[in-house]
Amino acid sequence: MSASEALGAPSAAGLGEPLLRVEDLRVQFATDDGIVHAVDGITYQVHRGRTLGIVGESGSGKTVASLTTLGLTRQQGAHISGRILFEGRDLVGLPDEQLRAIRGNEIAMVFQDPLSSLHPLFRVGAQLIEAVLAHRSVSRAQARERAIELLGLVGIPDPAGRVDNYPHEFSGGMRQRAMIAMALANEPKLLIADEPTTALDVTVQAQILALIERLQRELNMAIVIITHDLGVVAEMADDIAVMYAGRIVETAPGSVMFAGPEHPYTWGLLKSIPMLSGPRAQSLVPIPGTPPSLIRRPSGCHFHPRCPYAQPDHARIDPALEPVPGKDDHHVACLLDAADRKRLWAELQAGRMPDQALAATGLGGARP
Amino acid sequence: MQLRIKLGREARGALAKDRTSGDAVSQTMTRYIIRRLLWGVLLLIVVAALLFLMFRYLPTADPAKLRAGRLQSPQIIAEIRHTYGLDKSLPAQFWLYMKNLFLHFNLGYSYYSNAPVKELLFNRLPATLSLVFGGAIVWVITGLSVGIISARRAGSRLDRASMSSALVLVSAPEYWLGLIVLYLFAADIGRVHIFPGAGSYVGLTYDPVKWFESLILPWLVVAAGSAAIYARLIRGSLIETMGEDYIRTARAKGLPERTVVLRHGVRAAINPVVTVLGVDIGVLLGSSVLVETVFNIPGIGRLNYIAITHADFPIVQGTVLFAALVIIVANIIVDIAYAYLDPRVRYS
Repeated sequence: MSASEALGAPSAAGLGEPLLRVEDLRVQFATDDGIVHAVDGITYQVHRGRTLGIVGESGSGKTVASLTTLGLTRQQGAHISGRILFEGRDLVGLPDEQLRAIRGNEIAMVFQDPLSSLHPLFRVGAQLIEAVLAHRSVSRAQARERAIELLGLVGIPDPAGRVDNYPHEFSGGMRQRAMIAMALANEPKLLIADEPTTALDVTVQAQILALIERLQRELNMAIVIITHDLGVVAEMADDIAVMYAGRIVETAPGSVMFAGPEHPYTWGLLKSIPMLSGPRAQSLVPIPGTPPSLIRRPSGCHFHPRCPYAQPDHARIDPALEPVPGKDDHHVACLLDAADRKRLWAELQAGRMPDQALAATGLGGARP
Repeated sequence: MQLRIKLGREARGALAKDRTSGDAVSQTMTRYIIRRLLWGVLLLIVVAALLFLMFRYLPTADPAKLRAGRLQSPQIIAEIRHTYGLDKSLPAQFWLYMKNLFLHFNLGYSYYSNAPVKELLFNRLPATLSLVFGGAIVWVITGLSVGIISARRAGSRLDRASMSSALVLVSAPEYWLGLIVLYLFAADIGRVHIFPGAGSYVGLTYDPVKWFESLILPWLVVAAGSAAIYARLIRGSLIETMGEDYIRTARAKGLPERTVVLRHGVRAAINPVVTVLGVDIGVLLGSSVLVETVFNIPGIGRLNYIAITHADFPIVQGTVLFAALVIIVANIIVDIAYAYLDPRVRYS
């Protein structure tokens, strides 16, 4: 496994020890139908003040991975192995009580749907106060002051008046701002944002992302942003990891990834979203099929049943995450020859459909 | 002068603006409560009318004959008929009955003892209140604790054991359970002489200790079935709640698991329990016939039971109307409580 090789991405060189370093993390759930391999040996790291974007479809394990960082999959009887090093401490084996002291304090999380993530029966202020009091021994009045300050920080108008509102009295964007305020209550070193804009209107999405970026600069936080939206990571992330079926299939600094993606799944993601900045009106190419079951995963390369370029032996061989020749900050887990991948991407960029690209490169589409 | 008025109005306007939402809420609430109360009165009138008709048309013993007892002669019976207005036409009787009831709050007089029904009801009320509210405290506390523990350990042996015993308790009829409990624990006839048995009830003001002791067994019996239902209710509700996103948020904040369950989980899971609690207490206040009879507690249920055996229509009518009133009021209280428990319903 080349997982450990993927650690030292040069883009992060000179930044010293990473704040968070996940090594060969595996999370499994035993169910009646079999073992769910939700996260299957992923490795990544984040430095202070930098942003990692984890991209993938729903069911690719990206949310489970981050919940596990906070120990939130423990209650569900997850079987966890590997290491999650946060400032040198391994969170995987940490006792519940010590992990709780880190949760919401040094590592905070923002969730996808702010309406269902806020308690409907408590005032927004009370929920913020609770977050402060969970880790700080201050008076209730001081915590309330802090709650008002936080609401102001995330750009809620009239925070002193709004602090006593209930979540249903907030708009969607304001709720997500309140969630972010709650996450920032104790000035965390690491913020994990799980699809923070998915449930919001497009106009509000940009505001929320700008807010997160501003707060990152002000607090020098590290951010892990989890999304299915490449537009979001293009805007926010310094580094990108693409996840498929519980694994990272491609990882690189953002600029490198967008300049020359290497994995057919990443191509699929890029070609299936409309780009306003694209050279011309390209037709969208959806990725065929659905994400695989994490109980009975496809043999060989997990992506081969949906890959337009799969060769017969790809159903047998399980690719490892390896450096792209000539670029040691860019890793990919693909069985295709590096030169073939380059030609295929060039064809796709020229506006060809996958089958045309395949024919043009003369690879032969003997799909298994 | 004019200027001052203008200023006053502006100031009031500003004030109103500040509290718009609060005022609007209490206004809607008040209007809602008034509407509910009017409906309640209408419902009471309908219940009273139905009661009247049922007693006149369903086969029952002639109250005048029952009242006459062993001295029955046509003359005496006719006299009694006349005294109680039973010789008047049905519409005239109905009018008299409704007029007394709703204009004078007069529930009439017992055919059997001549005592005013209102007084009889008030005399019996403390015993019933003691029984029902004490029982409610027992069943809420046991039901909630068992339910919460079961929910936190769903599927465990403890959970399965408590849920199966809950099923047994729900299925057990109260009078049967009452007799079993008396047979086991009553001081006079029990296998183990622990608690005072049937007929030991004394008023709270008379002797608080004896009052408490005499009610222990009845409370347990009243509470058994409800505690079981509440345990299952809160268990299901809490298991569902603990899967909610806001519980995950509470954990992500770094709150202790205890706080997550008891503050965030139970607070949301308890709403359905509050809803049934109000109605259950209401229903029980009006119809604790079985337990009061088994334990010989001089409450409203027992009064009703005796009145039925005597065809004492005014008392039956009084107890049934009382039950209807209590249930209607309980429902309104539940609705109001619900608005305070769940801020989201205040606006709709």
